[in-house]
Amino acid sequence: MKHVVSISDLSKKQILSVLKRAKELVPVAKGKKKSKSLDGKILATCFFEPSTRTRLSFETAMQRLGGTCIGFADPSATSHLKGETLVDGIRMVAGYADAVLLRHPQEGSARLASENSEVPLINGGDGAGQHPTQTLLDLFTINEEMGKMEGLNVGMLGDLRYGRTVHSLSHALAKFNNKLSFISPDSLSMPSYVTDDLSCEWSSHNSIEDVLNDLDILYVTRIQKERFPDLEEYKKVASAYIIDSDLLKNAKSSMRILHPLPRVTEISTDVDDTKHAAYFRQAFNGVPVRMALLEQLIGGKK
Amino acid sequence: MSDNLMRVQPIRNGTVLDHIKAGRGRKVLDALDLIDKGTTITLLMHVPSKKNSSKDVIKIEDRELSESESQKLALLSPGAHVNIIRNFVVAEKNVAELPELISNVAICSNDNCISNNERGAKTKFNIIKGNSLSIQCVYCGRKIAQDNIIFI
Repeated sequence: MKHVVSISDLSKKQILSVLKRAKELVPVAKGKKKSKSLDGKILATCFFEPSTRTRLSFETAMQRLGGTCIGFADPSATSHLKGETLVDGIRMVAGYADAVLLRHPQEGSARLASENSEVPLINGGDGAGQHPTQTLLDLFTINEEMGKMEGLNVGMLGDLRYGRTVHSLSHALAKFNNKLSFISPDSLSMPSYVTDDLSCEWSSHNSIEDVLNDLDILYVTRIQKERFPDLEEYKKVASAYIIDSDLLKNAKSSMRILHPLPRVTEISTDVDDTKHAAYFRQAFNGVPVRMALLEQLIGGKK
Repeated sequence: MSDNLMRVQPIRNGTVLDHIKAGRGRKVLDALDLIDKGTTITLLMHVPSKKNSSKDVIKIEDRELSESESQKLALLSPGAHVNIIRNFVVAEKNVAELPELISNVAICSNDNCISNNERGAKTKFNIIKGNSLSIQCVYCGRKIAQDNIIFI
């Protein structure tokens, strides 16, 4: 494993190895145990568009392992505005750090950057494209919450058309033989270029009630206002896909809800105190998973 | 009608693209950017053929195809023949075959793909041979069906 651009770059074995190491690193991620496995190592975090969770969790991961970070959270302070190409910028940064984390608004930017980086390049989100570390932490969360990540019935709800997290996660869950139920309005349904490649059983639904009582995991995504030309239409659609504690009376008691966050109204706050809510633990899981990945990429102690 | 104006006049030097899928000849001409380049071109459409029921044929005088041009031909009509003519004789006979990957031959249809936004970036596509031919951008992953390919 040299670069991590897409979840499909990782074999099943590599994914399992990252998740196993992440589990061991949980006490370090919580600050209860110390580690120096990345002592002296530097991660360059290059954010050509803003991100809070991805950037902060990587910085935490690096520092918990004794490493440090350089970089920028906003391209306005860089030579990018002077017209520097991404490739030139990456070649330069790769000379300063042991690994590069890239977030960029254009699809394919991470692949192009990886072709020009001498050090491992990690894709922290490329436009509507890939976000492989999100997928890894989603898998880790499912495994932690359910004790397995095979043979589960996983529902995905919300914006399945533009949501990159659900695309990558679908591919990954298919690798581990899960059953997928896609729940969305027709205008935001899972694109055929995703479903065509799925090697597992899947089905599409308009209504959450159709499948809720069978689900082991419900992965909720935000429906974005910008996707709708008409505000009325947005309100109608968004209100039809709200998860609240009342609705969850029909769910299995072991069913867990995940969400990549930030959430707006799609999960009512009264769900937070139920046993179903796993999204805040999921957000924490980003730290040990990214620690494990960084160790494997830049050669910390095992 | 004098001999000079005969439809299937042999050429002295150049390239004959034979067994092009019937009706695709015009697209091949466009993709190879052969029109109005000062080269003498003959396009024959729906010529009866033994192999298939009919085919298109293009004769290009005093010119051979570059590698990227052969790739464009292969994308539009896999299995077309490329015959190089020297002094009225077929000097070389090749079949336009699809490579695994094409570089700087086509443009990604995703406007937000880095290959359309980064100065100096080359495009790259993997060829997907299935029931129907398509290409997939190495960078953004966009799949483009054969009929929708935009050539450079």
